[in-house]
Amino acid sequence: MTRDKPLSRRQVLLGTVAGGGALALSGCNLDSRSPGVMSLLDSAETLNRAVQRALLAPRQALAPEYPHADISGYFRPNGSTDPDDPAYVAARNAHFVDWRLEVGGLVDKPLALSLADLRAMPSRTQITRHDCVEGWSCIGQWTGAPLAAVLDTASLKPSARYIAFFCADDLGRDLGEEGLYYETIDLIDAYHPQTILAYEMNGAPLAVEHGAPLRLRVERQLGYKMAKYVMRIEAIESFAALGGGRGGFWEDRGYEWYAGI
Amino acid sequence: MAFARSASAAPAAAGARVVVRHSLLVRVCHWVNAVCILVMLMSGLQIFNARPALSWGAATNFRNPFFSMSARESADGAVSGVTTLWGHSFDTTGLFGVSRGPGGDLEERGFPSWATLPADQDLAMGRRWHFFFAWILVVNGLVYVVNLFARRHIRDLLPDRAELRSIPRTAWDHLRLKFPKGDAALRYNVLQKLAYLSVVVALPILVLAGLTMSPAMDAAFPWLLDLFGGRQTARTIHFLLATYLVAFVVVHVTMALVSGVRNNMVAMITGRYRIKEETHDA
Repeated sequence: MTRDKPLSRRQVLLGTVAGGGALALSGCNLDSRSPGVMSLLDSAETLNRAVQRALLAPRQALAPEYPHADISGYFRPNGSTDPDDPAYVAARNAHFVDWRLEVGGLVDKPLALSLADLRAMPSRTQITRHDCVEGWSCIGQWTGAPLAAVLDTASLKPSARYIAFFCADDLGRDLGEEGLYYETIDLIDAYHPQTILAYEMNGAPLAVEHGAPLRLRVERQLGYKMAKYVMRIEAIESFAALGGGRGGFWEDRGYEWYAGI
Repeated sequence: MAFARSASAAPAAAGARVVVRHSLLVRVCHWVNAVCILVMLMSGLQIFNARPALSWGAATNFRNPFFSMSARESADGAVSGVTTLWGHSFDTTGLFGVSRGPGGDLEERGFPSWATLPADQDLAMGRRWHFFFAWILVVNGLVYVVNLFARRHIRDLLPDRAELRSIPRTAWDHLRLKFPKGDAALRYNVLQKLAYLSVVVALPILVLAGLTMSPAMDAAFPWLLDLFGGRQTARTIHFLLATYLVAFVVVHVTMALVSGVRNNMVAMITGRYRIKEETHDA
């Protein structure tokens, strides 16, 4: 083998120097959060979503469910734990008797569902693990109406591609800015059998700190997708016009829209 | 000999010859891996800082994590960093729990800012770096492992029985900074073999433990949870294996420095390694 051409050696050395230089340059950018770096790094989210969706799709895979004995004694409430919106506080003080979940947007039959209406629908109970983006996990039992049943009752228009959840809590103000909590999921997760609008946790009505009267469960994604204090659901074609345009409260603050990892 | 087979006939100084020690593919994989490990480690510490504690099982033990970094405020208002391991607390102010941030002020944070990517606390950015470089790490690792078996380089990493028996003597030689010369320097010694082999084994486990923290992966492959014993145990194993890699890198870089840094660096960049012939003065 003749690897000894002087040029090839020089080329390797030059290549190494050039590579090192490129690295040093990108090193300067590490903390600049420049749009170029951001969009490059964002490509991993696209890849993660494509690969995980491909792995999950053929089997309509369910998130693991746990035995009753595994339910966490302490389930950490995160984000908002006590919304102070006047309308919410009034509804809460009246035990949500007059509260209605609005279902609208790209649907044929807009709905206004009371808690009794939701409880009268077919229900699903599941004991699942809640994974926070911060790294902790808690196991809880959730009972609620499958989102698919609610959407079928409202009858989605063909142009609907995402479901948006608008919440009562102004988490943005807690962070010193503006912003009611909201979330969006696509129809794959909206119609997943474990995606429910939960009104019970561990066999009791949902506590305020966990999102009373109604929270979303999207069991194959991280906790921030599972909006609490859900007041209104809308079927939409695109989430570009909502909030910061990235599809959710935390998404607008840099987190991934697809939170499967 | 397996990995010096393309030894060149390049003329060298008297008493020395130059051989091509590492193939181009191995050299590229090595440096890509080095960059990936650095970014993965620093962004991983950023992610860890969002909850600087570890526990076992499926769910988090909030009350008694076996390992945690936290801040404690004394009665006079002084803030100190505390690291707790199995109930024993250590004051680690300045390093773990409480340390100076990018602005120079004391901050409550697990690992210090110089060790995290980005430097300030930003979980979302840490995750972006981590998941982007994870893909490069995995693809690069697959290329390396396929080459390892396809070209039978795995034989260079597997010690035989005689070598395993020679571990104490080799370790003693290393401690005295006495390194093989001549042809013996071309082959990995038993400590090198075991160290490199351990990284080839640890990295895939590290990646699998990381994937076990993904709720979507757990739905697709529930056996991951059985393999690691739950999501929080997987998080702990992920952290411990990363710690092992840090220990490996410290030893690896130290050995590269003390056993002829120039020759080692040139070998890992250009492939060319200079062998000193054994002198016959014994």
